[in-house]
Amino acid sequence: MYEKTLAEQSRMLANGECSSTELTKHYLDRIARLDTDLNSLVSVDADSALQGAEDADRKRKSSAPSNAEMPLLGVPMVHKDIFCVAGGRTTCGSRMLEHFNAPYSATVVNKLNDAGMVMLGKANMDEFAMGSSNENSYFGAVKNPWKRDCVPGGSSGGSAALVAARLAPVATGTDTGGSIRQPAAFCGLTGIKPTYGRVSRYGMIAFASSLDQAGPLATTAEDCAMVLQAMAGFDERDSTSSNEPVPNYMADLDKPINGLKIGVPEEYFSAGLDDGVATQVRAALAEFEKLGAKLKSISLPNQSMCIPAYYVVAPAEASSNLSRFDGVRFGYRCEDPVDLDDLYTRSRGEGFGAEVKRRILIGTYALSAGYYDAYYLQALKVRRLISDDFDAAFKEVDVIAGPTTPTPAFQTGAKTDDPIAMYLNDLYTVSANLCGLPAISMSCGEVDDLPVGLQLTGKHFDEARLLHAAHSYQQTTDWHRRMPAGIE
Amino acid sequence: MALTTDDIKQIAHLARIGVDETTLEPLRADLSTVLELVEQLNAIDTNGVEPMAHPGNAELRLRPDMVSESDQRKTLQEPAPAVEQGYFLVPRVIE
Repeated sequence: MYEKTLAEQSRMLANGECSSTELTKHYLDRIARLDTDLNSLVSVDADSALQGAEDADRKRKSSAPSNAEMPLLGVPMVHKDIFCVAGGRTTCGSRMLEHFNAPYSATVVNKLNDAGMVMLGKANMDEFAMGSSNENSYFGAVKNPWKRDCVPGGSSGGSAALVAARLAPVATGTDTGGSIRQPAAFCGLTGIKPTYGRVSRYGMIAFASSLDQAGPLATTAEDCAMVLQAMAGFDERDSTSSNEPVPNYMADLDKPINGLKIGVPEEYFSAGLDDGVATQVRAALAEFEKLGAKLKSISLPNQSMCIPAYYVVAPAEASSNLSRFDGVRFGYRCEDPVDLDDLYTRSRGEGFGAEVKRRILIGTYALSAGYYDAYYLQALKVRRLISDDFDAAFKEVDVIAGPTTPTPAFQTGAKTDDPIAMYLNDLYTVSANLCGLPAISMSCGEVDDLPVGLQLTGKHFDEARLLHAAHSYQQTTDWHRRMPAGIE
Repeated sequence: MALTTDDIKQIAHLARIGVDETTLEPLRADLSTVLELVEQLNAIDTNGVEPMAHPGNAELRLRPDMVSESDQRKTLQEPAPAVEQGYFLVPRVIE
């Protein structure tokens, strides 16, 4: 059953070809067999998953909702361990929250629960979503199912690895600088970061509040559309949640993409891009042309400033957000503090890992008296210029295409000693976060048996067009259908 | 900008993060490299550019000033390391 997409499983459930209990047991069994090696999940709750499956099966029998009404009823899934689930452990990949039981659930969790999805467990991740390799988790690194000595990407590395290994048809992720799209690219999946404000951030542990967005990782664009449909929408409990109506993401999926104007920024194909990746991405763009899209060369003049601007804005917001971990109200507390300062300092020093500390310190410095204007304010001004570049480009094109990452997945340990090399993984992804734009990554080829991702960035609230374009591409190609070896 | 280990101590103090002596030097090197990266921003002329703190120019919504949540003190204090009679416990602050 694991070879089926989520959409196919949804139809099987509706037709009575299988029950949610069968499907859930199937995946729980796969997790037990395959995840000891991958380490993609930090917790599995088989009892509650089976209970949820039973409830879903009962609901199908008693009220028989049509597939249009409840397409996700009984479909198993996994949440990234950044989403609070009431009463369950929510660690955010950190020692700081190793024993944290959330007092309430995230809106995303409630929404997918209401849609009838069955949560199998929680996915491993880089600590506080800071990382591009999932090597920063307190609960250990995650292996890439395609090549076990390679990283799955991050920070939603557990989510990507588990969907690639078909341990669930879909997993949630969050994306602050590429954390859905980069692991999706590394693991051969489709992953979408929606427009800022499209999905509620309530109950999703904050990293950088002006950049964070949640979205799904699945094998196809259609599956992403089905799950995003249930995740998206206004939430009173998130002050930056958007009132913009949520369109039906499924409605236009099968229409032709004739005349779609795709902008190709010359800056995306310059220094730093792996030749093999460039070749695959250009081949994918040619495929889009065959489907009727029109390619147009464009320029994003401030592209080279995206990483520098991001590494001021994100750490600055993180240093502020993570000040809540004080050893007093929740989370880790050091042994025998002698005074209040000692309590703060040691709880945070012992509770946070190396990368989280690095980013808090950079952010603290950038916001400190005397440096605020030079670093933080300058970064916000450059952010405006980057956003203006996209606004100008979107006057001429509908979507912007390029590689998701400069290289395919790299070997575990290859970049752990070089923060800058690690940060450059997000060269093409951070701009969507800085500007609040939606962006999708889809698998579009392989280099040395590792998947390559194509990224499409869209206008604000234009998720439907991104999903439509990706779906069209997936009708004439089969990269998204390929599976890693050894996951039978 | 190249930082000194004294700078690191000062920043760590501001962030209330304990850093032991042996990690000061590697941290200094890492943070200096990151600062070098972000200092590329200085090459951009931003005269007259309005800072963008937030995407979408979203104005924060206001809601009627009414109680919307019930009292959940006990539930919300459950994850705390030390609580007594509804208060969070910390080491003695006033002698």
